[in-house]
Amino acid sequence: MSTDTHAVHADDHHHGDSHAHGTFSTYMLGFVLSVVLTAIPFWLVMSGALPSKQITALVIMAFAVVQIVVHMIYFLHMNTTSENGWSMMALIFTIVMVVIALSGSLWVMNHLNSNMMPIHQMTGMK
Amino acid sequence: MTVAINPSQTGEPVFYLADEHPHPEGWSTSLGFWIYLMSDCLIFAILFATFGVLGGNYAAGPAPKDLFDLDLVAVNTSMLLLSSITYGFAMLTMQQNKIAQTQLWLAITGLFGLAFIGIELTEFAHMIHEGATPQRSAFLSAFFTLVGTHGLHVSCGLIWLVTLMVQVQKFGLIEANRRRLMCLSMFWHFLDVVWIGVFTFVYLLGVLR
Repeated sequence: MSTDTHAVHADDHHHGDSHAHGTFSTYMLGFVLSVVLTAIPFWLVMSGALPSKQITALVIMAFAVVQIVVHMIYFLHMNTTSENGWSMMALIFTIVMVVIALSGSLWVMNHLNSNMMPIHQMTGMK
Repeated sequence: MTVAINPSQTGEPVFYLADEHPHPEGWSTSLGFWIYLMSDCLIFAILFATFGVLGGNYAAGPAPKDLFDLDLVAVNTSMLLLSSITYGFAMLTMQQNKIAQTQLWLAITGLFGLAFIGIELTEFAHMIHEGATPQRSAFLSAFFTLVGTHGLHVSCGLIWLVTLMVQVQKFGLIEANRRRLMCLSMFWHFLDVVWIGVFTFVYLLGVLR
């Protein structure tokens, strides 16, 4: 019985320390990556280097996603084992909610907009 | 037959967990704070969705192209990025128990954060001076709400930062202060993550539009 509680205790102490810390090199790596991942989209938009706006938009969105992942790993020290995986669970749940809210809103409102009758047609019908 | 989890001395079954083993103070703080950040993330998701829906409704008013100065946004972005890495250095020196250096890095972080807020407020003042107020169009309402909420978060982070610097000065790098600094670290880096969304979807895609 007493050994049991001791085992739990030892585990708990470990648990309290389980969030990852960064080192100088991981912080610097994250910083350099995020500078590069910020500079390229700004340069793409400001110089208009890519031929079409659609391609530029897709590329800078891709850069944003990659940079968010970089920040999550190197600055927020996200991994699958911190807090016994509960941080990751909360994160995944949040991402699902965010994707539903964002894509749902944009999709529905876009449909609504394109199905709205333009004003000049409406006045023409009268 | 029922199974007693923890039989008491009298031999009668007890149908509750007798007592949770004691936890060290603050053992669940980082998970709790992380869950707060995730709920904050949902607030920003809704504001981003609003901006995504209304971002094109200029009401014959100014469009992003007329308003946004990407050079200024780039400077602002670098301020926030630099403040992220300097906060990282503050955390590293905290782990080495160097109070003076931790305070120095925290102060530098605060200055970068202050520069960010200053530049943002200058931008807002400039826009409002030109008549691009939140009342002008749905696009501007959504813009000021989204970017303003982020700016408000950074301002709160600055107040928190100063509070913690005073705490560290008074009590040193005690366990409670380390925990608080770690929470602010998560908060600060989280705001940087939100800013990635802002400069990409509001400023860069706005100018591209």
